[in-house]
Amino acid sequence: MGYRRIDGRAPDELRPIKMALGVLDKADGSAYVEQGGTKVLVAVYGPREVHPRHLASPEGSIIRCRYHMAPFSTQERKNPAPSRREIELSKVIRQALTPAMFLELYPRTTIDIFAEVLQADGGTRCACVTACSLALADAGIPLKGLVASCAAGKYQDQIMLDLNDVEDKGCQADLPVAWLSTTGEITLLQLNGLLTEDEFREALSLALKGCRQIYEIQRETLMNYYMAPAKELVSEVGQEGSK
Amino acid sequence: MSINVIPQITRERILELAGKGRRIDGRFLYQYRPIRIERGLIKKADGSAQVSIGSTKVLVGVKIETGEPFPDTPDQGVLMVNAELVPLASPVFEPGPPNEDALELARVVDRGLRESKCLRFEDLCINPGRKVFVVFVDIYVLDYDGNLFDASALASIAALMDTKMKPHRIEAGEVLWLEGEPSPLNLQHYPVSITIAKAGGALFVDPSLEEEQSVDALLTITMDEQNRLCAIQKGPGSFTSEEVFKSVQIAKEVSNYLRESLK
Repeated sequence: MGYRRIDGRAPDELRPIKMALGVLDKADGSAYVEQGGTKVLVAVYGPREVHPRHLASPEGSIIRCRYHMAPFSTQERKNPAPSRREIELSKVIRQALTPAMFLELYPRTTIDIFAEVLQADGGTRCACVTACSLALADAGIPLKGLVASCAAGKYQDQIMLDLNDVEDKGCQADLPVAWLSTTGEITLLQLNGLLTEDEFREALSLALKGCRQIYEIQRETLMNYYMAPAKELVSEVGQEGSK
Repeated sequence: MSINVIPQITRERILELAGKGRRIDGRFLYQYRPIRIERGLIKKADGSAQVSIGSTKVLVGVKIETGEPFPDTPDQGVLMVNAELVPLASPVFEPGPPNEDALELARVVDRGLRESKCLRFEDLCINPGRKVFVVFVDIYVLDYDGNLFDASALASIAALMDTKMKPHRIEAGEVLWLEGEPSPLNLQHYPVSITIAKAGGALFVDPSLEEEQSVDALLTITMDEQNRLCAIQKGPGSFTSEEVFKSVQIAKEVSNYLRESLK
């Protein structure tokens, strides 16, 4: 593929990604994800007592999710009050994560997920889903698998992966997707824009390919974070033994 | 918002039947409940339509006013879609500002209308950057028995088809209203939305309320008359990619039937 994008990427290339775990002290679980210029921070609290209590369910934990953009995250200042878009995305992100969870394990509790977009550069909902899934794992909440998320889209008649802000604003179609690693099922799927059936197939396959790559980075991040102390311990024990 | 309580026995029956390719109300998998469309019920609106799918009832009114364009599209008219889950429609709807379900409904219908480019937004400009026509599509849910997405999308496009503008001329960035018969909006495309439910390994269309509350997953696909996809929204649950592609096929088959009902 000879096509090069405005930032020099190939159509099927992700932006550089950074992930970190346990970045917040007070949260039960937290994660930070950077994808190109998009920066998101997620905290998970719970399972904990539900307030107000009438929301609690004897059948399992409820999940509350808030997607929110910082006022300074966009070119023009964003009003900090939740917009219609943010309220919709909060619901969509919650529904992207729910299929990965065992809610019946924690009746009468809530799991609260707070996703803050610190800098918006396209693909914020996907970065949030990716980060939420890591933060849930960091909180020690059992999951059926990790949820990795990535968008594909159509920009200048070309189907491409992981749109940046410029591509996102000028795109003909945007297709955010989230993927559950263990079952391979799609847990988030939205389309905004015009695609023929063939283009849709191509874009969905591309987005899923992106999700798999993001999953590998998620996995590596988790392994590094949780295995590193164990490795240190092993090497320390090893040194003790050799003395 | 309180929850719709569906008896466990009904829920199990729905899943069990779906596994055998059947429905609790005797419908086929790809069969809608009876659809009725009435237009022009509200004379004070510029356009209106009431759609019932089974006992789900949605009324949509269109009003056209003048207003400011969005800064990023200074020479285009504005489309505003709003949805009200009116408390008279269901024991679980409460008065107050729109909740996440109402916002999602409005935004998914908005995406279908906007992305299909059914309205010629450039024709709705009066004075670039200053004044344009604003098309308000207000969705009023009157009776909630499931599948609000499809009913609302159908009622919205039907209401836009019913919408007429008074004759006018644009002079020096102002609208001059003229005498004469109003003329219909010039619609370019006819998007319809198809909601697909997944239960017991089967896919079916137009879930009723009790089906909606029982199934594993929901997917809403909006398509124009050339079978191009203009909006998708996955609801609860998850789908394999094969199921998504199959859903697109189902939507293609069923969308013609829905579009027929608009004639």
